[in-house]
Amino acid sequence: MAGKYERNPGMPLDLDWVSGARVNRSAVERRTASLPKRRTVKKEWQAAWLLRAITCIDLTTLAGDDTPGKVRRLCAKARQPVRPDMLADLGFSDGSITVGAVCVYPSRVKEAVEALRGTDIPVASVAAGFPDGQTPIPQRVAEIEQAIEAGAREIDIVITRTHALTGNWKALYDEVRLFRETCGEAAHLKTILGTGNLATLKQVYQASLVAMMAGSDFIKTSTGKENINATLEFGLVMTRAIREYRDRTGLKVGFKPAGGISKAKLVLAWQALMKEELGDEWLQPELFRFGASSLLTDLERQLYHFITGHYAARHHMPMG
Amino acid sequence: MSVLEAFETLDYGPAPESPAAADAWLDDHGRKFGLFINNEWHTPEGCEYYPSYNPGNGELLAETVQAGRVEVDAAVAAARQAFYEWKQTPGMVRARYLYAIARNIQKHNRLLAVLESMDNGKPIRESRDIDVPLLARHFYYHAGWAQLMQTELRDYQPVGVIGQIIPWNFPLLMLAWKIAPAIAMGNTVVLKPASYTRLTALLFAEVVAEAGLPPGVINVITGSSKAGSMIVTHPEVDKIAFTGSTDVGRILRRQTAGSGKKLSLELGGKSPFIVFEDADLDSAIEGVVDAIWFNQGQVCCAGSRLLVQESISDRFLDKLKVRMGHLRVGDPLDKCIDIGAIVDQTQWDTVDAWVKTGMREGGEVFQPDIKLPEVGLFYPPTLICNLEPAAQVVQEEIFGPVLVSLTFRTPEEAIALANNTRYGLAASVWSDNINLALDVASKIKAGTLWVNSTNLFDAASGFGGYRESGFGREGGREGLFEYLRPVWQDRPRPDMDEESMGEPGWGTSTPARPRLPGKDDANGKGTASVDRTPKMYIGGKQVRPDGNYTRAVLGRKGELVGQVGDGNRKDIRDAVEAAHAAHTARPGWAMRHGYNRSQILYFIAENLAARSAEFAKRISLIAGRSTRSAQAEVDAAIDRLFTYAAWADKYGGSVQETTLHGITVGVSEPVGVIGIACPDEYPLLGFVSLMAPAIARGNTVVMVPSEQYPLSATDFYQVLDTSDIPPGVVNIVTGDRDHLTKTLIQHEDVDAVWYFGNARGSYHVEYESAANMKRTWVSYGLPRDWLDAEYGAGHEFLHEATQVKNIWVPTGE
Repeated sequence: MAGKYERNPGMPLDLDWVSGARVNRSAVERRTASLPKRRTVKKEWQAAWLLRAITCIDLTTLAGDDTPGKVRRLCAKARQPVRPDMLADLGFSDGSITVGAVCVYPSRVKEAVEALRGTDIPVASVAAGFPDGQTPIPQRVAEIEQAIEAGAREIDIVITRTHALTGNWKALYDEVRLFRETCGEAAHLKTILGTGNLATLKQVYQASLVAMMAGSDFIKTSTGKENINATLEFGLVMTRAIREYRDRTGLKVGFKPAGGISKAKLVLAWQALMKEELGDEWLQPELFRFGASSLLTDLERQLYHFITGHYAARHHMPMG
Repeated sequence: MSVLEAFETLDYGPAPESPAAADAWLDDHGRKFGLFINNEWHTPEGCEYYPSYNPGNGELLAETVQAGRVEVDAAVAAARQAFYEWKQTPGMVRARYLYAIARNIQKHNRLLAVLESMDNGKPIRESRDIDVPLLARHFYYHAGWAQLMQTELRDYQPVGVIGQIIPWNFPLLMLAWKIAPAIAMGNTVVLKPASYTRLTALLFAEVVAEAGLPPGVINVITGSSKAGSMIVTHPEVDKIAFTGSTDVGRILRRQTAGSGKKLSLELGGKSPFIVFEDADLDSAIEGVVDAIWFNQGQVCCAGSRLLVQESISDRFLDKLKVRMGHLRVGDPLDKCIDIGAIVDQTQWDTVDAWVKTGMREGGEVFQPDIKLPEVGLFYPPTLICNLEPAAQVVQEEIFGPVLVSLTFRTPEEAIALANNTRYGLAASVWSDNINLALDVASKIKAGTLWVNSTNLFDAASGFGGYRESGFGREGGREGLFEYLRPVWQDRPRPDMDEESMGEPGWGTSTPARPRLPGKDDANGKGTASVDRTPKMYIGGKQVRPDGNYTRAVLGRKGELVGQVGDGNRKDIRDAVEAAHAAHTARPGWAMRHGYNRSQILYFIAENLAARSAEFAKRISLIAGRSTRSAQAEVDAAIDRLFTYAAWADKYGGSVQETTLHGITVGVSEPVGVIGIACPDEYPLLGFVSLMAPAIARGNTVVMVPSEQYPLSATDFYQVLDTSDIPPGVVNIVTGDRDHLTKTLIQHEDVDAVWYFGNARGSYHVEYESAANMKRTWVSYGLPRDWLDAEYGAGHEFLHEATQVKNIWVPTGE
């Protein structure tokens, strides 16, 4: 994601803007219900969109049983997310398609960096008290520092949901600002709102604004550990916040839905949402990522179907 | 296009729905269609054909018959024949047929949707996700009413043969709105689809026949407006249901005047879309898209007048312009478009002419820089700003993808602008403040109100208009009554001598001259009493007639029993002004709660009871009836006042069980100002039976008492004077009934006229009502037993005194 866009430096906290936010849930639900029915892509276009989606995946493993071996296998898949024969059939050269990043816990960063050596694929690390954010600030800052030290170029932090739930926007702003400063120039900051923990869609919108004002490079829906993951409703509200922020400041902030996105059909709906609400730039990995693990196999199977006209077997796609 | 290229551009690319099944169906019929009568195809000898084109690409789809007199007669005869059995078929059995139709619609849903888009030009997304699912939903919903009719609607019977004429903008959905309630209630149908879009109605007829509906219950005939007129004027047709333009609605009103046919009209609109500064603006933008670019804006309830609060209007319009740039216009069968084709070149030209008018009127026209297909009738989404209500394009229905925008400062001004229209079909209100949104919703004069939403439809919520948007409702319990009449009531078949009815001179009157005493008059004998000539009762005051003429009131033997004022046009004018003032007073009559209105009605009853003997004596004297009979009338009048005191707070409406996540409230609102011409049969009871339901439900009235026996009514204003009724709620103008009625029916600020006079007067009332599409209720000269509680105080009185507004309130934070 480096280079192409001016990073979001943030801005002073504007509480009037935050408190003036309005989000009408039922209207949001109608938009997200109708959008996937209004937009679809078929044939070559669908294959192209799915390939593009692959380049936006933060291929993720965040589990208690992660081991160096598991991370290496994931990284290998990140380098070669689509079978070379299939890529050739699609008219792409070997190695031209990789995922957007590999996302792991801080303790696994080192192994991932090693496994990805020689590629441009960044390693992203969750940090700052993932997944619940209920750890004291010094430890959370130290975690970010250690992940960067180990080679992470992207940091996916979690916010203290308590601040959002109690409307303590100043505290939220200060916290994210501190994490952003900790990342400095070494890493990009993705801020996870844990939307499934927040009370209302309006709160999601407000937390999005505060996270952007505090200098987030990306805002991200979920840790994947909440009961409700990335829904299109959360996505619509957050992308509208990004749009409003862009319109007022001229700055472009990325968006990352994560959790529960495992089917190609759903990916296309997310892409349509980005294209419609934010524009084509938000279809590129510089401004758009999916947090996903099993999704990749489904995308590969859809591509196989496009190429051959046959429905693909899961076991024909190399594991990640 | 290679994957590699698409990978760079990330365009949408084409996503066509296959027309194969629809083409095959058209081919099966040789692309030539006859009429569907008695579950069979009929191809008349030597008939003319009319082409159906696909507006998306201009290709000829098929040809259909132009039905003539013989064919219309055959279809009506088939429906009449079927009616005898269908009305006897138990509701539970009819329910099974409707259920079978609903199921069969679902089995053929894709074919129906594809053909609908090909024939009409609407996006396949809409026909697939909205039109056809609602088509099925209407039959499911009304299967339920068929099942429940015997218990829930036991006082009603079907109307008979229904002629239904539907428009081209929602061919299948409008068909469903008309046919489902009609056949559920035991009626049979002759349906004529619009000329531009005839094909899906014919396909639907096959779907119905396949489902096993008995022959003749639904008949579909195609034809021009001539065939439409033949249906409308056919003596064997008992009711006409029409959806379409207000101009055609007027013609139908006149064509059916005085015939005793029921009529429901769902007409045009210029519905406001109101955005307050505290709305979720991004969501409101999507609302605008759904309001005016749904079905290319060819929607009677399209939110075509955008009203934005001044404080946010620049920001809102900027957002809207950006959003318009994302709309995709293209092949109706493409699954990735928002806007399809305009139905016909004529319509396209009309829309374009309106946009040019808007420019001439000084409007700033915005059309986004988006691609339109080179072939086909496509029109870009259009926004016209910088106009004021004085501009024609702000007032007139454009019926295309064209939005005009205005600004307002305060909620009061928003309401005033919203109501500054001849129409009243729907409105959409956007605010995150529920008090504000619901207050505005309650004050806008329209049949459907959407809060923070727009263009939501469901079979459980009746759809229909106020004002010149028509009358009658389609859907909900309220919609059933269009297809029912009380069991005691036969189809009125007034002595229709059209020539004499239509003769000029109706409602003219020459004021009275002095009259010499007759043999039954006192003629100077007896004690001279103090002259007591009743006056008019207008705005809570007794006033002399404007013309200062009086007329003699004669007893049964022709003897003089008194005099009353001889009212004229200006008295009616003043009375109507007073009736309006009673609405705009604070609190207005309709805004008072029902408890208050009921107390006033009880008070009127109390005061009438106190003078009961005097009223009976007067009736006995003027009508020459026995004291006992006269006393019975007074007692019944008191009872009636009690009845409507009871109803004053028990007919407010209901919660409609729609598919909305939230609450849909059906509110029984008053009609407004009602002019009421009273019958001669019961001078007091007739008057009270009509006045009481009207005012109980929040209307204000201009009463024209019995012409023959006006004195009971003029006595009655003294009762009113002592009963705390606010000025102007009840106004009484005596005189020549038809003369006064003529002024009332021609008065464009009167919302409804009830006429209980002769057949000729009934004809004229219905005919003249077309000018502003006011609601009418006439007796066709048929007497009514006002003493009977069912005839004199049945549900129809409340029905006529109210109109249903459905307010959709989505929920969820």
